[in-house]
Order: sequence, then structure tokens, then C-alpha cells
Amino acid sequence: MSATATEVPMLHVQVDGEWKQFPKGTRLIEACMKSGQFVPHYCYHPKLSSPGNCRMCLVEMGMPKMTPDRKPVLGEDGKPEIGWSPRPVISCATEISEGMGVRTSSPLVEECRKGVMEFLLINHPLDCPICDQAGECRLQEFSVEYGKGESRFVEEKVKKPKRQDIGPRIVLDDERCIMCSRCIRFMQEVAKDDVLGFVNRGSHTTLTVYPGKSLDSNYSLNTVDICPVGALTSKDFRFSMRVWFLRETKTIDVNCGTGANILIGSRENVIHRITPRENDFVNSCWIPDNHRLNFHYVNSAERLKDPAVRGEESPVKWPRAIQAAADQLRKNPGATALIASARLTNEELFLAKRLASALGSELFDVLPRPQKGDGFLISQDGNPNTSGAKLLGLATGRLAEIAAGVSTGKIKTLLVLGEEATDCGISAADLEKLDSLVVTGILPDQTTARATVLLPAASWAEKRGTMINIKGRIQRLNRAVSSPGQARDDWEILRDLIQAVGGSNGIYTIEEVFKQLAAETPALAGLSLGKIGDLGVDLKMTKSE
Amino acid sequence: MTAQPFVMPPPHPKERRIIFENISQPGYDPSIDTFIKHGGYESLKKALTMKPVEIIDAVKASNLRGRGGAGFPCGVKWSFIKHDDGKPHYIVVNGDESEPGTFKDRYILHYDPHQLIEGLVISAYATNTHLSYIYIRCEFPEAAGIVWNAIEEAKARGFVGKNILGSGFDCDIYVHQGAGAYICGEETSLLESLEGKRPYPRIKPPYFPAVLGLYMKPTIVNNVETICHVKHILRLGPEEYAKMGTPGDGGTRTMCVSGDVVKPGFYELPAGAVTLGELIFDICGGLKPGRKLKAVIPGGSSAKVLRAEEIFKVKVKGADGQMVDKEIKMLDVVMDAATLGSVGSMIGSAGVIVMDDTREMVWALNNLNQFYAHESCGQCTPCREGSLWMSKITTRMLDGGGQGADPKTLQNVADNIAGRTVCAFGEACAWPTQSFLAKFPEEFEAVAAEK
Ligand SMILES: Cc1cc2nc3c(=O)[nH]c(=O)nc-3n(C[C@H](O)[C@H](O)[C@H](O)COP(=O)(O)O)c2cc1C
Ligand code: SF4
Ligand code: SF4
Ligand code: SF4
Ligand code: FES
Repeated sequence: MSATATEVPMLHVQVDGEWKQFPKGTRLIEACMKSGQFVPHYCYHPKLSSPGNCRMCLVEMGMPKMTPDRKPVLGEDGKPEIGWSPRPVISCATEISEGMGVRTSSPLVEECRKGVMEFLLINHPLDCPICDQAGECRLQEFSVEYGKGESRFVEEKVKKPKRQDIGPRIVLDDERCIMCSRCIRFMQEVAKDDVLGFVNRGSHTTLTVYPGKSLDSNYSLNTVDICPVGALTSKDFRFSMRVWFLRETKTIDVNCGTGANILIGSRENVIHRITPRENDFVNSCWIPDNHRLNFHYVNSAERLKDPAVRGEESPVKWPRAIQAAADQLRKNPGATALIASARLTNEELFLAKRLASALGSELFDVLPRPQKGDGFLISQDGNPNTSGAKLLGLATGRLAEIAAGVSTGKIKTLLVLGEEATDCGISAADLEKLDSLVVTGILPDQTTARATVLLPAASWAEKRGTMINIKGRIQRLNRAVSSPGQARDDWEILRDLIQAVGGSNGIYTIEEVFKQLAAETPALAGLSLGKIGDLGVDLKMTKSE
Repeated sequence: MTAQPFVMPPPHPKERRIIFENISQPGYDPSIDTFIKHGGYESLKKALTMKPVEIIDAVKASNLRGRGGAGFPCGVKWSFIKHDDGKPHYIVVNGDESEPGTFKDRYILHYDPHQLIEGLVISAYATNTHLSYIYIRCEFPEAAGIVWNAIEEAKARGFVGKNILGSGFDCDIYVHQGAGAYICGEETSLLESLEGKRPYPRIKPPYFPAVLGLYMKPTIVNNVETICHVKHILRLGPEEYAKMGTPGDGGTRTMCVSGDVVKPGFYELPAGAVTLGELIFDICGGLKPGRKLKAVIPGGSSAKVLRAEEIFKVKVKGADGQMVDKEIKMLDVVMDAATLGSVGSMIGSAGVIVMDDTREMVWALNNLNQFYAHESCGQCTPCREGSLWMSKITTRMLDGGGQGADPKTLQNVADNIAGRTVCAFGEACAWPTQSFLAKFPEEFEAVAAEK
């Protein structure tokens, strides 16, 4: 094997007595972690620069002993002997070099950690009972793990500002801040909106926002995520739920075509917060504020809970609603159109297409949502699954034709899946002209109000399935909460409709839907929900493999 | 702009004034004419006939050590800069002089600015630097004006600016004023400040100034006095210059003596020419009547304190080259880098703080602790929290609230700072506590036990 110019050389590093190899440029802390040796840290963040300010990651470091003619001294085992430095070094900002040795635990290292923990705690308030961070606080965790367990500090603590309103979505408690500067660096290096900084000196150092400015970037809430303590809290989430009660569900953001990976934090069927989930192929560790906060409608009391059939007493049961819908959909062959949504999953779109063909209708489309995008994580596509809609042939560009057909009366039956028809160029008055309007949806709108059959569906947080982002990465949605009332998964509604119009055998699981979808779609060949995993799969890559 | 007239007392016979030669002339003023009348800019003319590497070699041969505190060999520092690496180089003169007990640079800046400018242009020529900065602490506003003015004068005469004295070498100099923080004297913090940022010291590695300095370009940071010496190395020749000092510590050193002596002040002495006893008793006129020497901090407030009756066991090179054990009494400690290092302290900035028997050591330490707690930049945890904690403990002890555990806690807090911080301020604030506790344990125990 010949080394090419682009190949990164591998270096030998001894981690707690064992020799390992890592690519040149690896930070020492990363070499330790990859070797399974956790090194506690506060200021280090893999996606940010290393200021080396918290001093929590101090380790013992050594370099190979050299003979006078600069050759490494070999020990009995034939491996280089290490000359240990008497001073501890920070592992977060030290790059590995050939033959380096590191000890992640030793009496000196433990002394250092104890010392730093004590220093961090002496001026820290005892707010844990009322602090949102409690339960996911690095200060709490590390003081249990590495601290002394007792205090000998008998002086008065430094007083600092509390409950500082530094931005529309964030509250700062300066007494809790451990001055790790993660938030400052995030705003400088990632959000590119350098509004945070420290003022004053020494132990009186205080985080603040630049005079006349506000921490109002659409990425501001990421600072709350990376703040290792409860200094920065989200106004939206503050005091709403103890984090240890939250169940976390891995899923994806559906607010645009990026498909940022997220965690939904929920308890007893209520969503309390959304936080980003690391995926270096998609969103690194970040998400936009407006996306993460756009979940309250899922918890809304207004949610559509029961199927309805015009002219019949509500609520109706599902079998009746499906029957009514199927009857109406079959009534006007040749005058039936379907509006699906690029916010639906691939599985749903796949079944929607089957339903259309079972109905003999070729007139269908999805509503495109071009938007400006922010050049970072908000894409120029406001739909999360345009790629899926295109791949499955549902994005036909015939929306205007459908709208015109409704207006002229050429179309008599319209099936609308999860869209507001009035956003599709069809006026409310035109909707009234329809013979039948079968609608799935989650919240009341002008379309559901005019539905002849209304089928309450599941929100994105309530279902499983897949979407393909603008870059062609297929990713999974997962169910965090269950749907309210009788509302159910769209794929089940569609399956039942297909059966009712006489077009299919039963499918009983979402896995089966995906299997059929993958079997019919060359781009998805060989994939299963399991194979897609938590981080998704690049479809272009699988194609070329 | 002119400073208050300043008259230096006549030199003590042991003194050898090089840096302060001009300033001690009666009627000497900071104008360029006066400077030239006293032989100014002759070394620069000579330098421009030499190859840059010859100047660096001369500085190496002179054994000049930095006068800012760390005492790094100046020529070695310069040789880290690669002459033709195609990158801009910078020299930054550290005129932040703020180490308690140190007061020498201010006289150069106020009274003999051209000496600094001449040294700086020579240094720039030697290191292929075309842009230099003189960083002056904000508490010397007048000095900043005087130095600016001197730069303008030097420019008008072709000593600074484009094509200096027709040599084809260009060098511009700017003055930058600090905003009032001791930490800006730390070289990487100074560079951050110069870049217009909050002066947080940088981590080293990777940010060694010679590699990733000002604007991430190779940079030399030198103390005001250090840069002035360069001119005299060329004037006297490196051998002659080196001969004045000891083998590892060439030239003269300006010792600033403050505290309980009859004649406090600064004295320019060949490195290693005097012992601590000679400095205090011969040169500074001894202690006030009836007082006894108690303690000396020999190298600026950060240096470890020495106790008057202490006897140090050190290893020195004997006549046959073998290392032999020797005992040195405190007053016999020679004032040079090596000897002060061997007795566990340092020459640092050569700010000698003398304390007599009226001084309480808890009070003295508290004074230092308060300074360091106030000046810690707050970037890194141990120094930020530890410096204030130590200060709170000693303040409480002085206020009559001493507790039995205080000395132990103080010791342990200091131990948890030194060696674990971003910059050497960590040691600077821990060493006083560590050394005062080690040298005067009985005073701390006594105050801690008081109720
Ligand atoms: C906390 C701290 C404060 C310092 N203050 C000064 C200062 O005021 N003036 C100075 O010249 N050097 C000061 N230094 C030393 C500088 O970092 C640097 O070593 C020096 O300027 C290099 O110049 P030299 O080699 O000529 O001594 C300080 C160092 C530390 C750690
Ligand atoms: S930041 Fe952590 S340690 Fe501090 S009050 Fe909150 S939960 Fe407690
Ligand atoms: S607010 Fe949080 S992230 Fe920001 S510096 Fe303080 S502790 Fe670090
Ligand atoms: S040691 Fe002190 S002065 Fe130096 S960086 Fe840390 S906090 Fe700042
Ligand atoms: S994690 Fe290394 S110093 Fe903070």
C-alpha cells in the first residue's frame, strides 16, 4: 500500500497503558474517548474551538524517552518508554503526536479534577431544586463522580445577576455560569452572530450580551443545549418539566428539506421540548429555533380527534368513515383528483399513489413550498419530503390543473391528504362546488371545514416512516407520542381506503409498507427501516455501491 | 509633551549605568537632538551595515535575558523567527510594566524614548520585521504621548519609516495604549489586547508568539528594557557586554528596590555584581533605624519570598567542575538569575520588595492576594476562583476571623492553582501563598488560632 498525499498518517498513542492508533490531528481528549476512557470536560465541544479554560480535562501526558542520538528508548516489551511530564496538560487542546502517552486516571489527575470541581462549586448557587438543568447538569454529574463531596468554603459567595433577559427565547442566570465560553464560541463560530461576551474580571467575570444587542439569532437555543449547566435556559421549556421525566425519541425535523435530526422530549403523551441530535451528514449538533419550537400545535386541544361524515351524527366510527369515503371516492371515476403532501412520509405517499391508481385517477400532485432558506440549516424547500414525492412520482406539477378542474366543475371528487386546499390555489368557494371532498388532517382549517368526509390523522411526532431530505438522504421518523382521540396513522387510513375501494390486500405493519415500497422503487432497493438506522442512508451512495 | 523633570541621584560605585546613562545626565531631555548629541542612533547605523543574522548572533553571545520576568534568553527567542518565511513578522514591546515592585520601564518611556526606538528598529532589522508596536499601560498616558512624539521625530530624521537611512529597510512603529489590566503584561494576553479583544491569555501550545503571535503571525514580544539593551550590545560589542554579567546572565540589570529601606529606588547593576545584603545595606542605605530585616521578595511580587535568617542548601559548580553542596545565607544570595533560581525564587523583573520586622506576614500576603484576586483575568477556573478564595481567607484572618484550618486550606488552594492554569499568572498568584506559608508558618498558625 502506498500512502497518497490525502491519506492522513496514523500515530501511535499509549492510552492508559495500551497502544492505539489515531489519525494525525486528533485531539488528545478524542483519542482518550475513542479508547473508551472518558475524560470529564466543560469547555471542550467537538464542534467548537478549544479555549482550554475550564481545566477539567487535565491528564498526565508523556513523550517517548530519547537516546542521545534521538532514537526512542525501548522498554522490555519492545515498546517505547515514556517520560512523563510532571505537569498535567489539558487534553482538549493538545494534539496527539507519535509515541505520546496519556494517563486519564492517576492520583495527580484525580487531584486536578477534585480541585477544579471545588473551584467551580465554591461560588455556585445551590439552585438545583429550582434549576431546569438539574438531571442533565454536568456540574452535578461531575461533582458526584469527581468531586470531594464536602465543602470547606466558609466565605461569602460572589453575587451575580440572575434571571437576565438576554434574548427573546433565553434567560441567563449568571451565578450558575461556569464561564466555559461555549455559548460565546457557538455564537461566533457557528451562528456567526457575535453578541455574547464576558465583562468584568476574575471571579466577577459575567456573561452578558453586547449592549444594545439581543441574543435573538434563530440559532440561539443551541446555546442552551451546549451550556453544561443551568445558566442558559429556554423560556419555552423553563419550569415545564423535570428532565428526568422526559422520554426521548429519535426522529427528524419536518419543517424543511434539511431533515435535521432531533430528539423529542415527551412525557405522558405531551411533547415538552425538542433538541438537536448529532448527525454530521445533516445538521452537525444544531437546529434552528423556529423549527425546534414549532411543536406546540401537536399538543393542541384543537386537534381533530374523530372522523366525521357530512350529514351524519358525529362522532362516527372509523369503519363507517372509511366506507363513506370509499363510496364517495368511487362515485365520479374520471372526475377524481388527489392532492397529497410533500410533508407525508414515503410510505404514505406510496400508498396514496396506489390509492390513486385503484381509483383510476391520474390527476394528483403535491404542494411545493419554495422558500428563502438561511444558507445554513433552513433549506430552500419548506417541505421535508419533496425528494420522496419526486421519487415516488407524486410531484407532477399539475396542481394548477387540479385547481382549474375544481373551479370549472370538471373535477367532482377531491381527496386532500394533509394539505390546506386553499393554499393550493383552490378557493373556499370552489371547494363548496365539489361533490365530494375527502380530507385527512390534524387541525381544523378551511379544507377540513368543508370536508364531506373528514379523517383525523397523526402528526409527524406520532408516526413512524421515512422521508428523503433535499440532499437525498433517507431518514426515519419515530413515534414520540400517540395521536389524540380516534386519530390514526395516515398509512393505516390509506391502507383501509385502498382495501375499501377494492385495490389491495391487507398490510399490517409499517415495515411491510416499506418492504413493498422498496421492492417497487429501485433507488430504495435492499433497504429496510432497520438498515436506515438512526442516522439515515445517503441514497446516492447506496446507488453507486 | 514632557514629563516632570526627573533628577537621578549620582550612581553608587557598584552601579554601571548603560540603560540609565543618558537619563542620569543633568538636563537630559527626551528630544531627538539631545539623544543624538549623546551618541544616539549610532548603533542603528552600525546595525544596518551588518547582516541580520550577525545581530542575532551578537544578541545570543551577549547572554541577554529578557527583563520582563520570565528571563528567556533574548537571542534564542529571536532565532525562532525564520527570516525568509514569507510571512509578516511583528515585534511587540511590552511596556505594560505592572508587576508590583517593578518601576524601571516607565523611566525609559518617559525620559529616554529614543533609546527604545533605536533598540526596536535594530531588533526589527535583525528579525526582518516591518511593523512594530509599543504597548504602553493606560496608567502612563503621558508616556504614550512622549513615545508617539519621539516616533514622529525619528521618522522625520529617517530612523523610522520607509527606507531607513537609505538602507532599503522599512519599519513602522505604533504605540498602543492598554486599558488598565495587569494581565495585559502577559505576552499572549497583550497580543489579544492589541488585536482589540478581551485580553485572555492564549493556551501554549499552540499559540507561542514566535509561531502564532499577533494576528497569528510570527511575533517577538520583549520587555522595554530588554529591547534597549540591544542597542548597547552593538555599541559595546557582545563580549564586552556579556562580561559585565555572569555566564548565563549578561549585561546590567535594573533592580527596583521598594519597601522598608532608607533609599528605595532603582539601581542599574551588572547582573550578579551584588548580593542581596549589599543591595539592601550598601546601596539602599539599609533599614530604617532600629528595624530588623524580616523578608525579601526578590523578583517582583510573584517571586517566592525569602526569610531573613534563612540558610539555603544549594548545589554549585566547584573549581574542579564537580557539583558541590554549599550553604548560602539569605543576605549572601547573589542577585542573578541562576542563584535566585537555585534558592527557590527568581530574579523575575528584579523588583526587590524589602520588609522589616514591623511587617506582619499575613498582612503582607493579604496585600498580594488582594492584588491577584483583583487582576486575575478570570478565564480559567483554578486562578479565577482560587485567587479570590485565597484573598478572602487572608482578609478574614486579618479581620480577626481566623480559623484553625485556614493555613492548610490556603496551602491546598494554592497547590490546586499552580501548574494547572492557562498562563503563568496561576503560578504568580500561588507562589506568594505557598512561600509565605512555608517561610512563616508560625505567623499564619498564630493568626488562624486567634479568636
Ligand atoms: C501575569 C504576567 C504579567 C506580566 N507582566 C509583564 C509586564 O508588565 N511587563 C513585561 O515586560 N513582561 C511581563 N510579563 C512577561 C511577559 O509575558 C513576557 O515574558 C515578556 O514580556 C517577554 O519579554 P522579555 O523576554 O524581554 O522579558 C508578564 C507575565 C505574566 C505571566
Ligand atoms: S446548574 Fe447544575 S449545579 Fe447549578 S443549580 Fe443548576 S442543576 Fe444545580
Ligand atoms: S452560559 Fe453556559 S455555555 Fe455560556 S459560558 Fe456560561 S456556562 Fe458556559
Ligand atoms: S491563570 Fe489567571 S490570569 Fe491566566 S488565564 Fe487563567 S485566569 Fe487568566
Ligand atoms: S475541556 Fe479542556 S480545558 Fe476545558
